[in-house]
Amino acid sequence: MGKREVDDHSGVETTGHEWDGIRELDNPLPRWWLYILYGCIAWAVVYWLVMPAWPMLNDYTHGLKIAALPDTVKVDRIRVDAEVKELQDKRAPMFAKLVATPLDQVKSNPELFQFAQEAGKATFANNCAVCHGAGGQGSKGYPNLADNDWLWDGSYAGIKQTIQYGIRSGDPQERLSQMPHFGVDGLLDATQINNLTDYVMTLSGVKGADPKAAAAGAPLFQEQCSVCHGATGTGDHLQGAPNLTDKIYLYGGTREDIHNQIYNGRGNVMPTWHARLDEGTIDAVTVYVHSLGGGQ
Amino acid sequence: MTDATQSAPLRLTGFGKPGVRIDIYVVALLAALGLLWGVAATAFAHDLGMRVMAVELTLFFALGLFGIAFAASKGKLAIDESRYDDELIKVGIFAATFWGVVGMLVGVIIASQLAFPEFLYFKEFGFLNFGRLRPVHTSGVIFAFGGNVLITTSFYVVQRTSRARIFGGLLPWFVTLGWNFLVIVPAATGYVLGVTGGQEYAEPNWISDILITVVWVVYLVTFLGTLWKRKEPHIYVANWFYLAFIVTIAILHLVNNLEVPANVWSSKQYSLMSGVQNAMTQWWYGHNAVGFFLTAGFLGIMYYFVPKRAERPVYSYQLSIIHFWALIFTYMWAGPHHLHYTALPQWVQTLGMTFSIILWMPSWGGMINGLMTLSGAWDKLRTDPVLRMLVTSVAFYGMSTFEGPAMSIRAVNSLSHYTDWTIGHVHSGALGWVGMVSFGALYCMTPWVWKRQRLYSVKLVEVHFWLSTIGILFYITAMWVSGIMQGLMWRAYNEFGFLEYSFVETVKAMKPYYMIRALGGLLFTTGAAIMAYNLWRTAKGDIAAKEPLAAAAEAKAVPAE
Repeated sequence: MGKREVDDHSGVETTGHEWDGIRELDNPLPRWWLYILYGCIAWAVVYWLVMPAWPMLNDYTHGLKIAALPDTVKVDRIRVDAEVKELQDKRAPMFAKLVATPLDQVKSNPELFQFAQEAGKATFANNCAVCHGAGGQGSKGYPNLADNDWLWDGSYAGIKQTIQYGIRSGDPQERLSQMPHFGVDGLLDATQINNLTDYVMTLSGVKGADPKAAAAGAPLFQEQCSVCHGATGTGDHLQGAPNLTDKIYLYGGTREDIHNQIYNGRGNVMPTWHARLDEGTIDAVTVYVHSLGGGQ
Repeated sequence: MTDATQSAPLRLTGFGKPGVRIDIYVVALLAALGLLWGVAATAFAHDLGMRVMAVELTLFFALGLFGIAFAASKGKLAIDESRYDDELIKVGIFAATFWGVVGMLVGVIIASQLAFPEFLYFKEFGFLNFGRLRPVHTSGVIFAFGGNVLITTSFYVVQRTSRARIFGGLLPWFVTLGWNFLVIVPAATGYVLGVTGGQEYAEPNWISDILITVVWVVYLVTFLGTLWKRKEPHIYVANWFYLAFIVTIAILHLVNNLEVPANVWSSKQYSLMSGVQNAMTQWWYGHNAVGFFLTAGFLGIMYYFVPKRAERPVYSYQLSIIHFWALIFTYMWAGPHHLHYTALPQWVQTLGMTFSIILWMPSWGGMINGLMTLSGAWDKLRTDPVLRMLVTSVAFYGMSTFEGPAMSIRAVNSLSHYTDWTIGHVHSGALGWVGMVSFGALYCMTPWVWKRQRLYSVKLVEVHFWLSTIGILFYITAMWVSGIMQGLMWRAYNEFGFLEYSFVETVKAMKPYYMIRALGGLLFTTGAAIMAYNLWRTAKGDIAAKEPLAAAAEAKAVPAE
C-alpha cells in the first residue's frame, strides 16, 4: 500500500494506490447516484409485488390482487383477448349490415359504402397488394384490378366468387381453366407456334408481325384457340380466356412474351380466402376491388 | 515505458521448468492438429462453404507452423521478461484499424441497400445480398474491430498496470493472430457464402465456434497469468472489467452455441434448444454481449486511457467498486427485455424490465467516474482532440445507457420494438461509445508503442472527431424519427377500427431517413479511414509538415515515462 496523498486540485485524498502513474481519489459515492439507484430498486420491488414476476417451483408469483388493476389490464393474454374482442365488437354491427345488404346496393348507402371501403382497403393492403400492387395496378403475371378488362367475371358476385375460392387454387369450387402448353407438350411444332405468334400479334396490332406467317397462323388459331378465345379473339369470361384484341397482356405483349405464353401456357394461382377471411371482410374487399375502376 | 521492472531477472516463461517452452509446444500442437483437420475437411467437405473455410484454415495453420519454425530458427522466440511485449500491440492496432474501416464500409453498403434495394444487387449470385452482408457488418464491427481493440488494449493495459510482461510467450500471439485468421476471416467468408449459425450476433457456424472457444480459453490464460505474476499489490479497476468481459463472454458463447453439427464434414448445424427457450437463450446471450463485450470491456479501456490521457486521478475508487459489481450482477437479468409481448412468459418479461431499470445507475457509475476524472483537466479538451474523443464517448455511453432502460419499459417497448428506434439506440452506443473510445485508445497507443513524439497530424484527429460526431448525429436522429414514425404508423387505426396504413406504406415513408442514415454512416466511415491514414503515418514516424513539433499541444499530453 502506497502513501495516501491529497490531490491539489480537489483537496480529496487519494487511496494511495498507483498503477502506471494512475491514482484514484477517495471520493464517496455521489448521493444523487445512490438515491436514484435505491429508487429504481424500490420501484422494481413494488412492480414485483403487483405484477407476475418471480418463478416458484410449479408456478410463478401472480402479483397482489388490486381492484384498480384487473386481470384485463395486468395479464397480457387476457388483455389481448379483451382488446381484440373490443375491436370486433366495434366493427360487428356494420359488418352484419354489410353481409345482409346485396353488394350492388351497398353504394347507395354512403355510410355503409364508406365502411366497406375502409375495411376493404385495409384488408387489400395487407393481403392482396403483395401480388396485385398497392393500388391494384397488378404486374406481369398478376392482373390489373384497376382497369375494366376482366379475365373472369367483373361483377360483384363474380369478384366475390374469385376472392372466396380462388383460381386454380385446388379448392372444390375454384375457377379452373388451363391454357395448353403447346410447345412443352409437343402439341404444335416450332413453325406452327411461330405462325400463331405472328397471327396473335396482328389481333391487337403489335408491330413487327410477318404478314405471311400471320396468314399461315390464322387457320391454326381457328383450329386450336378459338374454342376458348373466340373466333375473333375477344376472349370468354366464363372460361377466364383473355381478350387478345386489346393491348392488355398479362404475361407481356412483345413477340417473345406471346411466343413464350403459347409455348409454355402459364397459369398463375389466385389463393382461396374463404377460410382465412370472414364473409363480411370478403364482402368489403369485393366492394373495394369493384370500386377500383372497372367493376361491372 | 517499455521497462517492466528494472530488477526482474530474465526468465523464459511464467510456468514450467525454466527453459522449457510449453507455450511453443502448445501452439505448435494446436496448429498441427488444425492442419490435419484442415486437410481432411478440404477433401471430405460436404458443401462449398465448408470447403472454402477448410482451405483457408489449412493455409493459416500451415503458415502458423512455418512462422514458429522460422522464428525459432532466427532465435526470435526468446522472452525478455524485463520488457513489455509491444510488437503484439502493434499487430493488434493494425488489425483493429483495418477491420474497423472494412466493417464500417460494409455497414454503409447495407444502409444504402435499405434505401436503394438495387444497390450492388446481382441476381446471378448472392454474395452481396443484404442478408449475407448484414452479419459481415455486425460481426465485422463488433468482433473484428471491437474484438481486436479489446484484446489489444487489454494486453497493453494489463502489462502496464501489472508491471509485468504479458504471460505465456507465444500464447498471446496465438490469441491475436488466431482471433483474426482462425476466427474472423473464415467466419466472414462463410457468411458471404451463406454459411451461418442462424442466431443474431452468434452467426459463426460450429467450426468457428470451436475455434473461438480455443482462442478465448488461451486469452483467459494469458490474462490471468499476467495478473498472477503482477508486481503491483492491487489489481487495477480496468483489469477487473477486462476479466469480467473475458470470463463472461466465454460462458455466454458456450451456452448460446450448444449445437450439433449436421455432419462432421458439413458447415451446417442444429441448435440444441428450440422455440422460446432458444429465443430466451439467444437474448440472454445477445444482451450480455452488449453488457460484457461492448460495455464491460470498453469500460476497461475507459478506466485506463481517460485518466492516463487527462493526467488526473480516477474520480472515485468506491464508485468503481460498487458500480462494477452492480453492473455485472444486474446485466445478467436484462436479456428478456428483447422479448416483450412474445411467447416468453410475462413474469420473465417483468424480471427483464425491472432489472433493466435497476441497471441505469450502475451503468452511469462508469460515466460519472469517466467524466469526473476530467475535473481539473477540462481545459485540455480545447487542445487535445484525442481526449475530447474519449470524453465524447463517455457522454454517448451515458446517453445510450439511459435510453436503454427507457426502451426496456414494456409500454415504451410496445412502440419501439421492431422499429428503427432500436437500430438508432444500438448505434448511439456502438458509434458514439464503442467507436469513439476505441478511436481514442488507438490514437493514444500508436505513438506510445511506436515511440513517436506525437501523432502524425493532430488536425486530422480534429477532422475525424467532427466527421464522427456529425455522422452519429445524422444517424441517430434519422433513426429516432423513422423509428417512432414507423411505430406510430403500425399501430394507427382509423375511426372504423381498421389499420390506417399497410406495411408497405410504412416502408415507403422511411426512405428519406434511410438516405440520411447512410450519409451519417458514410461520414463516420470516412473519419475512420482518415484515422487509419493518420495512424499509418504516425507508425512510420512522419510528422505533418504544417504542424511542427513545437507547436503541437498534443505533445504535452503524452505521458512522460
